Amino acid sequence: MNSGRAQMNIVIVGHVDHGKSTVIGRLLADTGTLPQGKLEAIRESCRRNSKPFEYAFLLDALKDEQAQGITIDMARCFFKTAARDYIIIDAPGHIEFLKNMITGASRAESALLVIDADEGIKENSKRHGQMVSMLGVKQVTVLANKMDLTGFSEDVFEKLKADYTAFLAQINVVPVSYIPVSARDGDNIAFHSERMPWYKGATVLQQLDGFISDKELHEKPFRFPVQDIYKFTRSNDDRRIVAGTVAAGSVKVGDEVLFLPSGKQSAIQSVESFNTSPKQVASAGDASGFTLSTQIYVRPGELMVKPSEPQPEVGSRFRVNLFWVGRAPMIRQKEYKLKLGSARATVKLAEICNTLDASDLTYSKSKQQIDCRDVGECILETSRPIAFDTTSASETTGRFVIVDNYEIAGGGVVVENLSAGESLLQQHIRDRENNWEAGLVRPEQRAKANRHQAKFIVFTGAPGSGKRAVAKALEQGLFQNGMNAYYLGVANIDRGLDADLGSHSDSAGERMRRIGELARILTDAGLIFITTIDDADDYDIETLKLLNEPNDILVVNLGENGFSRYQPDLQLQAFETLGDAEAQVATLLKAREIIIDYQI
Amino acid sequence: MDHLDKLEAQSVYILREAYREFKSLCMLWSIGKDSTVMLWLARKAFFGHVPIPLVHIDTHFKIPEMIDYRDRVALEWNLNMIYGENREALDGKLTFPDGNTDRLTCCKYLKSEALKHTLSGEWPRYRMDHELQRYVVDEGKEPYTGVIVGVRADEEGSRSKERYFSPRDKDNVWDVGDQPPEFWNQFKTDFAPGTHVRIHPLLDWTEQNIWEYIEREKIPVVSLYFNQGEGTRYRSLGCYPCTNPVNSESRTVPEIIEELKSGRLSNIAERSGRAQDSEDGGLETLRRDGYM
Repeated sequence: MNSGRAQMNIVIVGHVDHGKSTVIGRLLADTGTLPQGKLEAIRESCRRNSKPFEYAFLLDALKDEQAQGITIDMARCFFKTAARDYIIIDAPGHIEFLKNMITGASRAESALLVIDADEGIKENSKRHGQMVSMLGVKQVTVLANKMDLTGFSEDVFEKLKADYTAFLAQINVVPVSYIPVSARDGDNIAFHSERMPWYKGATVLQQLDGFISDKELHEKPFRFPVQDIYKFTRSNDDRRIVAGTVAAGSVKVGDEVLFLPSGKQSAIQSVESFNTSPKQVASAGDASGFTLSTQIYVRPGELMVKPSEPQPEVGSRFRVNLFWVGRAPMIRQKEYKLKLGSARATVKLAEICNTLDASDLTYSKSKQQIDCRDVGECILETSRPIAFDTTSASETTGRFVIVDNYEIAGGGVVVENLSAGESLLQQHIRDRENNWEAGLVRPEQRAKANRHQAKFIVFTGAPGSGKRAVAKALEQGLFQNGMNAYYLGVANIDRGLDADLGSHSDSAGERMRRIGELARILTDAGLIFITTIDDADDYDIETLKLLNEPNDILVVNLGENGFSRYQPDLQLQAFETLGDAEAQVATLLKAREIIIDYQI
Repeated sequence: MDHLDKLEAQSVYILREAYREFKSLCMLWSIGKDSTVMLWLARKAFFGHVPIPLVHIDTHFKIPEMIDYRDRVALEWNLNMIYGENREALDGKLTFPDGNTDRLTCCKYLKSEALKHTLSGEWPRYRMDHELQRYVVDEGKEPYTGVIVGVRADEEGSRSKERYFSPRDKDNVWDVGDQPPEFWNQFKTDFAPGTHVRIHPLLDWTEQNIWEYIEREKIPVVSLYFNQGEGTRYRSLGCYPCTNPVNSESRTVPEIIEELKSGRLSNIAERSGRAQDSEDGGLETLRRDGYM
């Protein structure tokens, strides 16, 4: 491909045997993209074997040759017109290859959807139409193929157009155009067909050149999913760089920026890059990096935006449209991992509102699970809030995938933020407390006998901040002062209570729930229950607090404070001398009237 | 953004995603033009640094200039450079140049096997000590769970079927028929214990893009790629007993770009100088077994 020329990815989809390969073969032939003599050779081979020549043979021959190293791609073909270069992504029509079709289509800017005019609309004509739209391919042209088999009937074409338009309208898709073609003979591919004089619209090639490349991203509000924070101190580099790819809009040096969901603010000090001239601006598509004018603690997964522009949503409960390609169905109660932009969160299916069988377009409101190849409208709930846009606002930051058992099993778009409603966790706590069976000993009787209140004490901070040592010293001190204190090492839970969770990263929410439930029980037993949590954030504490209700939690943070709004009850230096740290916690416990006396 | 900017941005995104998600990550560096561009892209992604160990599988039949270049660049760019080898096959002379195996078996021993056991940490890894300026046995033995590889989809058939993030099972085997979906720049970054993921930041690049980028960024590459006056140059680099140059007058990077644009090489496969590809089964057989 020549450098500097515009390039567009297009995907060709449709039901099996509706003629996708023929369309591609014809496009290659009519744009003069084929290797010299190739077409003649295939025609000759067909003649010798008394088979009618088909362009699909050409494609097969090219694929075979590619195995020996010629440049035609298995899944991708290249051709060019006067206007630009094209990469055709050949998406498999078979239903078993839906995963491959999705992979291909998501890389395309526009789509040709091929329907056999003679056979009519089939299952995958509908499913692919819907998938292409959900995947965000904006420009779709429908090719009514094999018009020769209908006697080039305008009526057949108009009927197909009306039927398919009606289908697409139900899923809010408006195709750019419909073109009647006979790909085998080349009618309306590169040249207007003399056999369909009633058709006055564009040929396929004219239509392709008429598709618009996606430029509008630059004009949208600035969205920067924080992919990572880099500080290469060991290589004598003190820059703290917020790295990622600009999803929409642009930002320049000096601009005020806001991080969500933490709510932290700063300003762009520099746009960083390697081996380029100095940069002042970064805009949509740039893989960039920034230093900030103030030292704030930001995590990967946050969304950096400009406070002066329309804001994204922040929430943990939202209505989505999703499609499922996982081997196992999506079910309630199970924890999955959600990836949206650079954010990662544990997610549960809270409610199924509607499922759509895309093949016959029947809706079901009664399904209890989302099966492979279903498209569903449902409510998801993440274990902590994330920042996102609803797809009507900005689609790049409104799309997500769901990971089940190490595999990407589904994808979808956020339609509405529902965070104002009661969360799954709140429902759970309400239900649990309403049904809590208490013994005959009342909490205040226990406190009186113990001569201290029950308390859940959590030590937070970065790994290696020395919090376990302080937690253990506190347990020992309380014990020596005659109190019922118990320290639980988190690693013990991993190997014991949580052993069934394995090493799955998507069970983070469940792990947190179990610590919280344990705390609820142990504080109910009147204990001072002590544990440590690495890198806890506001939502971890919020979760533990809820789970431990109606009892109380006390948070002691060591070292750098990673919380955004939450104020820990006590802030200690990392690696403070044990005695000092212990004394400060004890002083706080006395001040809060949890304990009466404490001798170090 | 022009087409090179877009390719660069996508590769940088993939490299950063790999660095974020894989605790035990390495990058394979064959010293060839593609993986050298990939190394450069890592410097782009990490603002001049390469925080990922580079692993080279040394067959000891590489063209000597390649090894000199590797060590020079490793020292200059402050790389965490590691090499691995199949010591047993080399000592036992179980190689094609020694006349004891065919080409494919030789590739399997010296590359696939050496790679597999170097990645798993079962065989010794040799790390460049920047103070001593020589290789020492590496202490690190943990298996790499993310392996960044510089393959391109346009190189040959089996590579065009790759994903950006492609799982390999515990025997390094690649299940071509059942690959995970990949969309909206969300990749397979979760993996079961014992398996690893190959990461392909260069998948969308063509041979011409590689040379255009080398020209734009002025990336140093081995001189074997250029005609030194004999009217031949290497188009793809490997072990000297199995790698042949192509006829070409190109002496500079711009001349190579012109040559590729002219279409003069378009009917000759890029790897045609790599003799193992034309043996029975060729590269696809090797790749299923874990070859790059």
